[in-house]
Amino acid sequence: MAKEFIARGADLELKKIRKEFPGFTAIEELDLHVPAGEFFALLGPSGCGKTTTLRLVAGLETPTSGQIFIGGEDESDKKPHERPVNTVFQSYALFPHMNVLENVAFGLRQRKIDEPLVKAKEALNLVQLAHLATRKPQQLSGGQQQRVALARALVNRPSLLLLDEPLGALDLKLRREMQIELKAIQIEVGLTFLHVTHDQEEAMDMADTVAVMNKGRIEQMGAPETLYDRPKTVFVSKFLGQSNLLVGKVESTSANSVSIEVAGNKISVPKSRAEKHTGKIAIGFRPEKASFTNKKPTASSSTNIIGPGEIIDIRFTGVSNQYLIEVPDLGNITVFAQNIGKSPVTQLGEKVWISWSVEHSFGLSDLPNNGEAA
Amino acid sequence: MAFAAFSSTKSNGSSKPKKTGKVVIALLAPGLAYLGAFFLTPLIALIMVSLQAQDPFGGIGDYIPAFEINNYFVVISEYWPHMMRSFGYALIATILALLISYPLAYFIGVKARPYPLLQKLMLTLVIAPFFISFLLRTLAWKQIFSNESWIVTTLQQTGLLEADQYVVGTPFMVIFGLTYNFIPFMTLPLYTSLERLDTRYLEAGSDLYASPSKVFRKVTLPLSMPGIISGTLLTFIPIAGDYINASGDFLGSSSTAMLGNVIEANYLQINDYPSASALSVLLMGAILVLVAGYVKKSGTEDLL
Repeated sequence: MAKEFIARGADLELKKIRKEFPGFTAIEELDLHVPAGEFFALLGPSGCGKTTTLRLVAGLETPTSGQIFIGGEDESDKKPHERPVNTVFQSYALFPHMNVLENVAFGLRQRKIDEPLVKAKEALNLVQLAHLATRKPQQLSGGQQQRVALARALVNRPSLLLLDEPLGALDLKLRREMQIELKAIQIEVGLTFLHVTHDQEEAMDMADTVAVMNKGRIEQMGAPETLYDRPKTVFVSKFLGQSNLLVGKVESTSANSVSIEVAGNKISVPKSRAEKHTGKIAIGFRPEKASFTNKKPTASSSTNIIGPGEIIDIRFTGVSNQYLIEVPDLGNITVFAQNIGKSPVTQLGEKVWISWSVEHSFGLSDLPNNGEAA
Repeated sequence: MAFAAFSSTKSNGSSKPKKTGKVVIALLAPGLAYLGAFFLTPLIALIMVSLQAQDPFGGIGDYIPAFEINNYFVVISEYWPHMMRSFGYALIATILALLISYPLAYFIGVKARPYPLLQKLMLTLVIAPFFISFLLRTLAWKQIFSNESWIVTTLQQTGLLEADQYVVGTPFMVIFGLTYNFIPFMTLPLYTSLERLDTRYLEAGSDLYASPSKVFRKVTLPLSMPGIISGTLLTFIPIAGDYINASGDFLGSSSTAMLGNVIEANYLQINDYPSASALSVLLMGAILVLVAGYVKKSGTEDLL
């Protein structure tokens, strides 16, 4: 039955979108291109403008300025019911006065498509809920409602499917299951998905491309691996996973690396991985990329070393141990050690040196707010 | 909601153990006693009076207990035009009240949501007429549309009314008065229902290709059905039994007399108690049948 859903995703383009509400600006200026057939995630904290962006695309809000193109066509002035998009709402918004099947058939009926009930049933098959077709939405569980909402949107074969935190109301286990299912359905139907979420794991797990939004702007956009490996701003480095940031003035520059001095330690970052090469800069590294030893390792140009520091907290999380190490004049550093049965040091209060490979460092374009320490 | 009573069937999930039986009875007792004393007793008395026969040795207004079922056939054959008129007027006035109230209630309950002050002000205005006795308000309308009023003279001059035609005493005037007097009973239940309307359903409707008018018919209207049902019941029932607006002392004339006026005349003027009682029982029965059929047809028992 999946063959019924022909891949016909369209690309989405936002040009210089600005949205003001009375009293505040939700979106400063947004330029965005989502290629056809892609699973695209807009990731950001609440209030960053991601849901507003989605509502602008759906036509539920009107931009203050700017244009919206879907499949090359200007949709900016069209009403929601005239746009080739469908939305899976955060609240699902399933009509309480209709049964599941009628809910799914609603869009088909409005467009006067033949055999709406047959097609609605097929869509329910796709989300494995055909057996609940005659139930009222209120009689379903959260996960089931979510799947009905998905079927109700997918059945219309929109050029673009908008997902507004559709997994937000589900518990963790169901959420992981639905993530896998949603991704599988996207690949199967080949539609363009624009997914809005504040859950960084969800975004990285499902999306081909992630755009990190903050305060009405896109801070960085790219494949999840790229974003994680080379965040360009403090916000991205902190919002997508965890980061240790060290701030200092650039002391020396070699052919392919930039070095700063922090509390007597020389910290380097490859030039190609640094946004700024002069002045005061922030260099970061991921907690799992670092390790520590209780003897000072021999210095090398390919390794950054800081220390000695004192282990002030150890957290056991199952797959890893998370250590918090206090380094004088430098602050607290987090290090993750995979729980493979041979942890280096496990004593609180132990003196350790932290080291990580220079090529795992990244240089940011801005400084953290509390970055005056160094 | 006021007419939750009509939802009858489903609600009571009486699968719980009857441990609290005595408490429940104790709590229900005052209400049951009240209903018994002030509803059931008069009802039985009314039915008994409606079956009484003229005392062969008495004068006007003297009746003896009997089982004169014929009373009913007599009043039906004599007053069926008034019955039809009552239900006809009630139907028209209810529909008018619905048409006027719905946009108003929608505005207060949905559109005015961002402005709570405006919402409260408008609700107060809806209820404001209750602060003045409705007899006075009805008389005021009589005055406004009186034969010498500028409205009527203007209508006569423009030729919309013949020189010897007037407004007071016509079915138009009575229906106007009925609609006016009962409109808050329509607006308030509609408002409570629309005020709870989740606008995200409307967004979902338009997202699913429904034009604004389709969204209204397929989503807004069905979701506000409980309000429409209670509103129409709360207006239709009292209007069908109303005897003020149609009375000759107020907005009506003998040609607009409704069932209420006939009952009043039989009881208070002709002293024909059995006929008045039979008409009352018939009115009550007819309303019960109509309402039951209406609620069943609209299929919203579980929404009420």
